Amino acid sequence: MARYTGFYQPNRPLTVYAAIFVLVLYLPILFIPIFSFNSGVYVKFPLEGFTLHWYWDLFQRERLLLAVWNSIKVAAFVSVLSTLIAIPAALAIARYRMPGKAPAAGFIMLPLVLPGLIMGVALLTLVNSLGVQLSLVTVTIGHMVICLPYAISVLLPRFIGFNRSMEEASADLGEPPLRTFWRITLPCNFPGILACLLMTFTISFDEFFMAFFLSGSQSTLPMYIWGQLRFPQDFPSLLALSSLILVFSFALIFASLKLARIGQPTASETKR
Amino acid sequence: MTATDSLPRELARPNALTRFLHRHEGWRGYVLLAPALILMAAAILFPLGMTLTMSTWSLSGYDINQTPGIGNYAAMAENPMFRVLLLRTLTIALTCTLFTVILVYPMAYFVAFHTNRNKALWLIILTLPFWTSYLLRVFAWKVVLGYEGVLNTGLLSLGIVSEPVAALLYSQTAVTIVLAHSWAAFAILPIYVSLEKINRTYLEAAADLGDGPARRFWRITFPLSLPGVVAAFIMMFVPTMGEYITPLMVGGPDSMMVGNLVQAMFGPMNNWPAGAALAVVMMLTIAMAGLVFVVLNKLVQR
Amino acid sequence: MISIRNISKAFGRVQAVRDVSLDIKAGEFFSLLGASGSGKTTLLRMIAGFEGVTSGTILIDGQEMQEYPPHLRPINMVFQNYAIFPHLNVRDNIAYGLRRLGLSKARQDEMVAEMLEMIALPGYGERRSTQLSGGQMQRVALARALILKPKVLLLDEPLGALDKQLREQMQLELRQLQQRLGITFVLVTHDQEEALTLSDRVAVMAQGRVVQVDTPTGLYERPKNRTIAGFIGSMNFFAGTVHRHGTPEIEIEGLGRAVMNGHDDGRPDGAAATVAIRPEKLVLTAHAPGGRAVEGVVQARQYLGGRHMLHVGIAGRATPVAIAVQDGGAEMAPGQPVWMTWKDDSILIMDAD
Repeated sequence: MARYTGFYQPNRPLTVYAAIFVLVLYLPILFIPIFSFNSGVYVKFPLEGFTLHWYWDLFQRERLLLAVWNSIKVAAFVSVLSTLIAIPAALAIARYRMPGKAPAAGFIMLPLVLPGLIMGVALLTLVNSLGVQLSLVTVTIGHMVICLPYAISVLLPRFIGFNRSMEEASADLGEPPLRTFWRITLPCNFPGILACLLMTFTISFDEFFMAFFLSGSQSTLPMYIWGQLRFPQDFPSLLALSSLILVFSFALIFASLKLARIGQPTASETKR
Repeated sequence: MTATDSLPRELARPNALTRFLHRHEGWRGYVLLAPALILMAAAILFPLGMTLTMSTWSLSGYDINQTPGIGNYAAMAENPMFRVLLLRTLTIALTCTLFTVILVYPMAYFVAFHTNRNKALWLIILTLPFWTSYLLRVFAWKVVLGYEGVLNTGLLSLGIVSEPVAALLYSQTAVTIVLAHSWAAFAILPIYVSLEKINRTYLEAAADLGDGPARRFWRITFPLSLPGVVAAFIMMFVPTMGEYITPLMVGGPDSMMVGNLVQAMFGPMNNWPAGAALAVVMMLTIAMAGLVFVVLNKLVQR
Repeated sequence: MISIRNISKAFGRVQAVRDVSLDIKAGEFFSLLGASGSGKTTLLRMIAGFEGVTSGTILIDGQEMQEYPPHLRPINMVFQNYAIFPHLNVRDNIAYGLRRLGLSKARQDEMVAEMLEMIALPGYGERRSTQLSGGQMQRVALARALILKPKVLLLDEPLGALDKQLREQMQLELRQLQQRLGITFVLVTHDQEEALTLSDRVAVMAQGRVVQVDTPTGLYERPKNRTIAGFIGSMNFFAGTVHRHGTPEIEIEGLGRAVMNGHDDGRPDGAAATVAIRPEKLVLTAHAPGGRAVEGVVQARQYLGGRHMLHVGIAGRATPVAIAVQDGGAEMAPGQPVWMTWKDDSILIMDAD
């Protein structure tokens, strides 16, 4: 649209600022892959030589592979469970008039404004007083709490943007609510739900604060990394591992953010 | 179409539950919300209540004495160490929040007003690092800022400095920088959203009435974006107040925060009641700060 | 067929529908006509079951419906934006409601083909629904609802999104379809012309209430208020005052007194009322006739094909009076004096508003 040409002309200083901002945002992270290919044991300039040794090294570590597997298990459960809980919740928030909706929705979004430390400590206190053993199950519950607000905020705009008369038409043609969900809501909002699954998977896979308090003897991947950070000689391997995780997370989140926007009018379109 | 293919639609009376739910839309909504509410009650409300209860207990030897009392809070009030720690945490969190909001505002402004087709891509670029492992981002900074780290060795090999700059790592400054970097996306989004919501016709009207760009910004854009700025403050302030990993990784002895003590009390020091009390104090501080932000916002809006 | 008894609906503090009672007969084409916010759509959604009722009862075929969720009601609906399922092709859209009935695949296909024939889109079954034009979507929405042989078809502004020409064509098709199938149609519309040309009866709604229920002719000839009187054709409105000394009469602004006769609706003496007279009920002559006549001056003249509309200024009234003249209009040029006569029973009396 040529709507505001002449009014919001490109602003050169601001563009430069934006470029610098993005550079600074990504620069520290960029050093991780760069040094993961460096043959030197110490992470410092000048670079010594190119090697894939640190990557091969990762596959020799049994505890690491176990931690990866643990993280995948937890993340899979977390993404499926929190999405399953988030879908009806987001539908209720998007569709229903109900007394006390705003406070209820606010309560569900509470983890967004609670430090991970507090939530971790509080859950630990509870788990302990119930006499429950720390395990991957407790981590999963902790992660579900963290993921739920994100899951709802991915789904909510989809459901609000999705014309509710589609669902009404299905009910009108005789399909009961669950059938309507299965035949209409789910297929029509599939990209959003997939985005939600990917995002919650990634958040759980990378989550550290809750896992710090709630994982017992079975550690997740971030907990493994945390344990290895004490040994500077392990840094190059950790850099290799981190590079892989970063690529993996970037890909999943990028896909998720892209998916979440499929079929959604862009901001500039809705405002016209 | 003949009468023979008329399709009878069963008019079976719906069962009691269906009838009830059809008549009460609010209940239908709460049935859908129930799983989420139950999870949050079980995993947030109940644990927080438990923490509050535990904060009134005390440690006697290796056992926990469950008689309620305010001993933990009294101890905190008496020991100046806690005050110093709390004040330092507040200072770090506020400084870093303030700087981030200031630095992030032009960026959000740029995306809201000076990008058109690529808006979605810009937002993805700006938030992508945030979604990836927090631990790795802090690790990256440790690698960059270390005494023998990327920055120092880089500067050395370029000949800009002759010996490593020690101040870069294990300092309060390092903690502030890393925190700002880690949570910047939390500040960008609310500001962006509030800027994006501004009705462009206001600005056009102001331009029409002869206001220049600077006046337009201060008289219209900025005031209208204030709710977003306040939201950014809160979103940024909360996680930074609760930090304990960044101080451990890049901070020195002078940059330990309340979170570190909480973690220590639940970990090596093994004094859970005192840790719980400290967590409660931290939460109250955050809640009070949040309240101040909100009230400030209300005042400015008037 | 449908009985609506004392239905009210409140959204929080907003009263959307207030104590509405209606009876819709089997096989009738019934319209709910009103501006946006008049409560017509809410009423329709309550009949369909998408909104619960705050109080009152809705009966379909003598059976109370308030406790039935939409999927159990013997009703189908055509939505304002058609709500064609975007992920299904035309055939699957039309066959959507057949799943529950346990029909054979062959029987389903046969029924869909029959429907496609009916909506004049044969062979469109495999089309993707996103490729359809507005008019085609509208037909598919009709077929999707009618394949279930509902007792009542609800239509929520079904033609609003179409351009004028297509809308007129679809109006004709809708009316023919309804007459052929004999199904009760309940149409919601804000378009007076649409309501009046399509319907057997029309309920005019405003502010959540039903103002008047009547046939289109009834609405034309006996409008209850100024708004309804202005629905079709043009209308002259005059301020009036009731006089009840002797014969009940009404004093009409600029025209003088008229005997109320059959129009007397019992307004008290001295009450203000609006008097409306259709342009074709006024007689205009170029020369003074004998008897009661009001003299005026032609201010403007419009040729309307076969007749003229003359705008005549008269003493005691600011706006000129519109008068339709069948013959001889050409002789009355602007500036010319004319005389206006009328019969007492051609006046309509309604609330002053």
